[in-house]
Amino acid sequence: MDAILFFLFAAIAVACGINLVVQTHPISSALSLIGVMGSLAVLYLLLGAEFLAAAQMIVYAGAIMVLFVFVIMLLNAGSETRKSRSTFAKLLGLPALIGFLMAISFLIQALLPRSEPVKFGAFTGGTAQAIGKKLFTEYLLPFEVTSVLILIAILGAVVLARKEI
Amino acid sequence: MEFIIISLIKAALVAFVLLTLAAYLVWIERKVLAHIQLRIGPYRVGPHGLLQPLSDLIKLVTKEGVIPSQVNKFYYLLAPFLAVALALISISVVPFGTQIELFGYKTYLELANVNMGVLVILAVSAMSVYGVALGGWASNNKYSLLGGLRSSAQMISYELPMSLALVSPLLIANTLSLREIAEMQSGFYFGVIPRWFIFQGPAPQIIAFIIFMIAAFAETNRIPFDLPEAENELVAGFHTEYSSTCFAAFFTAEYVNMVTISALATHLYLGGWNPAFPEPVASVVPILLFAGAGLLLFFHGMQTLATRTWDKYTFPVFGVVAFGLAGVFSLKYLTFLPAPLLAIGGALHPVFWFAAKVGAILFLYIWVRGTLPRFRFDQLMRFTWTFLFPVAIVQLLATGLIVALGK
Repeated sequence: MDAILFFLFAAIAVACGINLVVQTHPISSALSLIGVMGSLAVLYLLLGAEFLAAAQMIVYAGAIMVLFVFVIMLLNAGSETRKSRSTFAKLLGLPALIGFLMAISFLIQALLPRSEPVKFGAFTGGTAQAIGKKLFTEYLLPFEVTSVLILIAILGAVVLARKEI
Repeated sequence: MEFIIISLIKAALVAFVLLTLAAYLVWIERKVLAHIQLRIGPYRVGPHGLLQPLSDLIKLVTKEGVIPSQVNKFYYLLAPFLAVALALISISVVPFGTQIELFGYKTYLELANVNMGVLVILAVSAMSVYGVALGGWASNNKYSLLGGLRSSAQMISYELPMSLALVSPLLIANTLSLREIAEMQSGFYFGVIPRWFIFQGPAPQIIAFIIFMIAAFAETNRIPFDLPEAENELVAGFHTEYSSTCFAAFFTAEYVNMVTISALATHLYLGGWNPAFPEPVASVVPILLFAGAGLLLFFHGMQTLATRTWDKYTFPVFGVVAFGLAGVFSLKYLTFLPAPLLAIGGALHPVFWFAAKVGAILFLYIWVRGTLPRFRFDQLMRFTWTFLFPVAIVQLLATGLIVALGK
């Protein structure tokens, strides 16, 4: 059951990813991205990272992508026009991509040490409680640094968006 | 296999009750609004307009579904589907009663016992913006687009105070499971004041509850925050171009969302299915309530106005129904009955208290609609970002401090 769900949602994620690149209209691309994020959330859930799955849905698929869609709608962006691409890219693009992916997967296989295969349901540290404990004890410094970084980004946005006085 | 069959039965039951409730919520809303405005409301279709939702449904389904010529057809049809599907998904993690044992099966009165129910509801409600936003955009109509844009801006803005407000009861409860949160709120202070989170020390959550309700009104696009469908500015907002079943889908989604968010507020602040009174009184309350309603209906049936002659026949029927309900709730005292009936009678009392609280919040929705005018859009935004959000943060910090000191 877990394996079937994994392959189903992995396939959906990849299909949405391809669709994101292929589509010409920005709204379709944005919605495909939401599809990718939703399927990734299901994959997290299958691996036992339930809080991460919920956060993925709330933060990425919910808040951030709503903002994307909002801006696309506000600017009323039409579908992009494609100029004629070079024959080189048309002919060699796909084979080169496949070769590149094969090379990467070969390198990963060869260089990284053999690790344990993933077992669905074996990982139990994905609850909100466990993640909170980790964040505020073991990973406190990265957590605080990220918070400060986000604060700086907010201040930057305010400064940029402020009207000229 | 057994699990799948029970789940299917429960899912069908919940979907049926929820959709019926959504349809009759419209009837209740029209009636209450009418009485607030000194009218009588729907009265023609069936006794007291009770068949009005049914006729509305038939009308909406059999109407021709017009798809305007210049719309983006795929997204135009996807939007109402998304809206209603997401609205129905989030109710599946809401428990609505205690455990029940029937014919040897033990089952909880809920669809899915998720240990992060609150997060699931938040995630689904975050996604439900897309139904409205996409519908507005795909309609290729400036009013629809403005409605969709307003709705997404409003939902992003009000989600922040809402999330902050619902974190504080979670801090007290120390869990994300709605069932555990509800079970934690049983019992009474001094034998009178229920230990609901809205009253519970050391940090009473009344401010969080008010913030949550204000944000919930905005999240469900209800008056005074129904800017996405402001009639005098935007025709009908994001669903201007929708007709027939697609319109019905948006309509249903709005009411189902109201029910879900009321259920969430009930669990987080109002003690879920825990009764408002200590035990010997609590079990008698529903019986007395329905019996009293029955008596009142019989009394009014006897002395009807000359202009409303049908009341002579309809009120006694309603009275019999009320007495029947009183009988159902007194099942658990009739110990000579077979065990399944006793089990049902016992399990119905928590459901009654849960339904009563959800109903009270839904009534609040309608009451506010009959009372308050609509905000202007800049007022709406200023209100949340400069008032509601800071208050929610201060409230959360205070709760966190109190909870941390209490440990």
